[in-house]
Amino acid sequence: MSAPRRFDAMSRFNVAALALGLAFLYLPIVILVIYSFNASQLVTVWGGWSLRWYVAFFNDEAMLAAAATSLRVAAVSATLAAVLGTLAALALTRGERFKGRTLFSGMLYAPLVMPEVITGLSLLLLFVALGMERGFWTVTIAHTTLTMCFVAVIVQSRLGGIDRSLEEAAMDLGCGPVRAFVAVTLPLIGPAIAAGWMLAFTLSLDDLVIASFTTGPGSATLPIRIYSEVRLGVKPMVNAICALMIGAVALTIITASLATKLSGRRGGNAAPM
Amino acid sequence: MEAVSDITSQAGTALPLLRIDGVGKRFGGFTAVDGVSLDIRPGEFFALLGPSGCGKTTLLRMLAGFETPDSGRILLNGEDVAGTPPHLRPVNMMFQNYALFPHLSVRDNIAFGLRRAGMRRAEINARVAELVALVRLEGLEKRRPEQLSGGQRQRVALARAVARRPRLLLLDEPLAALDKKLRDSTQRELKALQRTLGLTFIVVTHDQDEAMTLADRIGVMNAGQLVQVATPRQLYETPRSRWVAEFVGDINIIEGRITTREAGRLRLTTGGAGELAATLPPEFGDAAEVCVAVRPEKIRLSLRPPVDDPAGGAINRLEGTVRDVGYLGSASSYTVALDGGASLRVSLANAARLYADAYAVGQRVTAWFSPDDCIVLDR
Repeated sequence: MSAPRRFDAMSRFNVAALALGLAFLYLPIVILVIYSFNASQLVTVWGGWSLRWYVAFFNDEAMLAAAATSLRVAAVSATLAAVLGTLAALALTRGERFKGRTLFSGMLYAPLVMPEVITGLSLLLLFVALGMERGFWTVTIAHTTLTMCFVAVIVQSRLGGIDRSLEEAAMDLGCGPVRAFVAVTLPLIGPAIAAGWMLAFTLSLDDLVIASFTTGPGSATLPIRIYSEVRLGVKPMVNAICALMIGAVALTIITASLATKLSGRRGGNAAPM
Repeated sequence: MEAVSDITSQAGTALPLLRIDGVGKRFGGFTAVDGVSLDIRPGEFFALLGPSGCGKTTLLRMLAGFETPDSGRILLNGEDVAGTPPHLRPVNMMFQNYALFPHLSVRDNIAFGLRRAGMRRAEINARVAELVALVRLEGLEKRRPEQLSGGQRQRVALARAVARRPRLLLLDEPLAALDKKLRDSTQRELKALQRTLGLTFIVVTHDQDEAMTLADRIGVMNAGQLVQVATPRQLYETPRSRWVAEFVGDINIIEGRITTREAGRLRLTTGGAGELAATLPPEFGDAAEVCVAVRPEKIRLSLRPPVDDPAGGAINRLEGTVRDVGYLGSASSYTVALDGGASLRVSLANAARLYADAYAVGQRVTAWFSPDDCIVLDR
């Protein structure tokens, strides 16, 4: 069935449901973005279009420092998560069937469903028990544990679609096992790893709960900073920061989904039949 | 089933390129390959034929280096390579699903092994151009595998596998993924390519027509053992065992008991086909309970019984009724219910356009064949 016909077949009810659903999800965000351009001092009163709150944000040293911390934590933890998640995915799909494999994969995916409060609290207890000073690295480690399972899930599904004989063919043609992985498997799972990295990056950027458990003085991330500002009353500048964050997250998510699509298209033809 | 050793029968001929000596492989409790010994001569086109799960692919993977044998030796030019990893063996393999690298162009797929061998760029370009011409892929060098047809992919895989000029090329079901028309022409191309390059090919297949058409010699495997190694003709006309006779081609098997045995001639009593005469095969043991195997195309049908051959004595004549006729174009296949109770399949070439040799269902016929066309086998 062709696409236009499917569209015709959509009943009025479906159109209404779709519109309502989208409005429910995105109306608050649209309002927030619009209000970030508000000229008024008050959050709830419209005072015409202006960029003053964006200017104010870029002049606020503390906010900028928090944003920089957030970006650094996100970049480092996403990179660690990409490496560890890829290794975990490789162990699960490529390794010999080791004892406790099901348990391992179950445990790997547990953070996906674990309440963040529990993850945060348990990590806090661990860091205290180890006597680690809380700050940049504790948040980064905490975010890595949160996000590596997402990377593992994405990379594992990609690896599952790659024919094992591709690596064997590379070995047959003169590559050692490591070389075969780098020359054949890595380019094929590259887009999936990139998508995983970007997802990990946005998850880390968004996280408030785990970060507030594991951070220390001087390493407040942007969500922590915003949250503490908001407790004293919402300033219109917060809208501007949120609009910027939404933009950043949307951009990475779109890039990530494009990367996944690209990798799927390449790999979909990996097996000729 | 008893395994054959091919080594003794080969002694004295050209030095083997590959000697497989008592190779075995187990996976857990399952014996995939059980003490296989085989010599492959340089320049030979050898086929490993067998039903699925007979161990032929495992044997091939041990030759490529993807599996390590549990026992035995694999000697390539006299050197034991059983423990050598795949990338250090002068052997290449063409995979069943081709295993083309999806992220590389046709050109880069073919050049992959040459780059790893550290050849210079100019040499690589020249070699790739030569290979592309050899497998007729001119103009498609920049395409990705996904943009090629099945037959084109097969040729890329072939070019990639022969690019490094391996001493030995292993092919795992090379034509299984092609449709029938394409398979026939590709078979001829493959054979021509093997002659042109002077390479030694070992092909694994479950398709006996393919093995017969391609190979100089065929090794038949069953349950991990090599049960017969022979030329296609020997395999078809003198199978070593009842299993091989039934596996290769179509055959009628009649069980019976030897009554007399004189001057190279056996007389048998059978349950379903009465008295039969058969030529005594060389090196036949003294079993009395045997079976007689006759290929369907060796049997003739006629309305009246034929007279005995004036030169050589008795002809086997069996009376019966045609039960079923299958028209196949070039030949027709008849099922004849013998008066003795057995049922015979007979294949007759449709040599004339207007039913010269056609027999109808329900017709009384005599099925006859010479004692020379009987294969006598242990039960």
